Amino acid sequence: MPDELTKLLSDLKETEALELVKKALAEGVDPMGLLGEARDGITIVGERFASGDYFIPDLIYSGEILKEIVKLLEPHFGGEKGKQEKRLGPVIIGTVAGDIHDIGKDLVVFMLDISGYEVVDLGIDVPVQKFVDAIKETGSKVVGLSGFLTLAFDSMKETVDAIKNAGLRDDIKIMVGGGQIDDQVKRYTGADAYGKDAMQAVKLTQGWIGG
Amino acid sequence: MEKKWEEMSADEKQEAQFQKMLAPKDPEGNDIKFQSPEAEAAYKANINRFKAAVQLKAADRVPVMLFPGMYPLAYGGITLKDAMYDYDKCVAAHRKFVLDFQPDMQFGAAGPGPGKFYEKLDYKLYAWPGHGVDPEGRSYQCREAEYMQAYEYDLLLTDPSFFFRNFYLPRVFGALEPLQMLAPMTSILEMYGVAFNFIPYGLPPVQGAFKALFEAGEEALKWAMAVGGFDIEMKAAGVPNILGGFTKAPFDTLGDTLRGTKGILMDMYRQPDKLLAALDAVTPIMIGMGLGAAQQTGNPLIFMPLHKGADGFLSDEQFKTFYWPSLKKVIEGLVEGGCIPFCAAEGGYNTRLEDIRNLPKGKTVWMIDQSDMVKAKEIVGDTLCLLGNMPSSLLHLGNPEDVKAYAKNLIDTVGKGGGFIMCNGSFFDHAKPENIKAMVDYTKEYGVY
Repeated sequence: MPDELTKLLSDLKETEALELVKKALAEGVDPMGLLGEARDGITIVGERFASGDYFIPDLIYSGEILKEIVKLLEPHFGGEKGKQEKRLGPVIIGTVAGDIHDIGKDLVVFMLDISGYEVVDLGIDVPVQKFVDAIKETGSKVVGLSGFLTLAFDSMKETVDAIKNAGLRDDIKIMVGGGQIDDQVKRYTGADAYGKDAMQAVKLTQGWIGG
Repeated sequence: MEKKWEEMSADEKQEAQFQKMLAPKDPEGNDIKFQSPEAEAAYKANINRFKAAVQLKAADRVPVMLFPGMYPLAYGGITLKDAMYDYDKCVAAHRKFVLDFQPDMQFGAAGPGPGKFYEKLDYKLYAWPGHGVDPEGRSYQCREAEYMQAYEYDLLLTDPSFFFRNFYLPRVFGALEPLQMLAPMTSILEMYGVAFNFIPYGLPPVQGAFKALFEAGEEALKWAMAVGGFDIEMKAAGVPNILGGFTKAPFDTLGDTLRGTKGILMDMYRQPDKLLAALDAVTPIMIGMGLGAAQQTGNPLIFMPLHKGADGFLSDEQFKTFYWPSLKKVIEGLVEGGCIPFCAAEGGYNTRLEDIRNLPKGKTVWMIDQSDMVKAKEIVGDTLCLLGNMPSSLLHLGNPEDVKAYAKNLIDTVGKGGGFIMCNGSFFDHAKPENIKAMVDYTKEYGVY
């Protein structure tokens, strides 16, 4: 049954999914095929999250199950590991300077990843210059700024200003989100858009660079 | 003859607590001397106005509070670091904030906490200015991690205090690492062999940990004198404190600083029975924490910041299974004990309103961050007192006219008939002073019933 792993993962059946992978590997099933099935399962999880059937814990749990599956598959990959489907992007994501919150940012990274984007995750408390450098290095067209505290308003504005001063602003779309961020903060920072949740980040990215 | 506390109904207990608040005392039990008859009248009016709102009634006008994060420090011209290492400066900034803006009640000066205390114990759970965040930074921030491992539920369930002393504290306080060497208290049973249990106290590392504890205790006391003095001073000036203590929703207790967000979310799937058992075990501890604080401070208002119950964070089923039942028990336990739980519904609570409405009527205050206030009033307005909702973004980036328009709408809709307190909806470290002033002054002027 080719779709069994996809179904188990999308239904968040961790024990059954891992058992299935172990059994399949013992029977000599192609690990790349299993990885593809698992990824399809994650895509379904993303769709269910988008439609409001799944919530944040489901999303995080599916990622954890995928990690466990990859752990089982990895020793069987051989030389194929580098082979990956072509991805859109990259999208640069980071929590702005002064703020060390990562949960919201990680959700955005995860959702973009499973939606087919290459994501450059700069981490937390990211200095302004690091965003500018990352744009130059990767040629990215989309940047997402995350922040939880009110100090993020100014850090976001400084980051957008620095991108502008580096002469990169016209070629790039910037989205902001997290905690107390709203449309008013978006206007203040000079970003292009505000996203209320991780799904919004995906929709905005799709609108800007397709996918 | 006066009724005994345990014979009183919840209404009678609440009334007794308000009467106690109306006659404020210092820590020695002496009456606080008001600065003037006007200050005394203002103090009493502020409490009675608040009491009416809690009981879902309208007094003379809509009460107005300010519950800032670290903003009073910036307003007073000092950094968080200044406030953490110089308690007088911390108090001076909070004094200026309260006296300049004149909210009905104030939130104390305990927010920044004692820097030297954290240093003495090598506190690892938070980053603070100069210790993990920018020395000029405006707030401290939590370092989330799994300070309790997924396999440690049985340890916690068997003896929470042993788990905290020997496992949790050594992980979050570097100076308390040697406490992991201590024997369980419960092994101390009879004469034969009893001394074995005390050997660790003779070892240099353990003695070092106790020395650090004594020093940290002295620092905590110094700090408490300063912030306690501020409360007395504010009361004498006519401004009561709205914080009598603090406790948490059991799910947040386990999820914030023990298992961590990801840890507890995974436990819902991987070991739901253990998690439910731990929530049950923590519930009476959280009730006791609130009741104990209220007894200590003589103030029944017990603040509960709610973190992981927000819209979208848990599914409805998860909220109803893991978050709400134990939280509801804590709230009811506090009310039964004569306290007024003051819950901060951080984030959105739009999908939780039908659940939270089933609480004792007129006994709790709910700080609302981003929920739809009109809908909230409609669904929970006949049981819960609503406080808040002025957005942090508006206070920081808007202008006084925007703030007044927002306040007007709140007063016209949510304020109708009482049961509403004007306040910011979430803690803020940044704002424009003219916006705060507009919120307070406009509420006092337009919010008249």
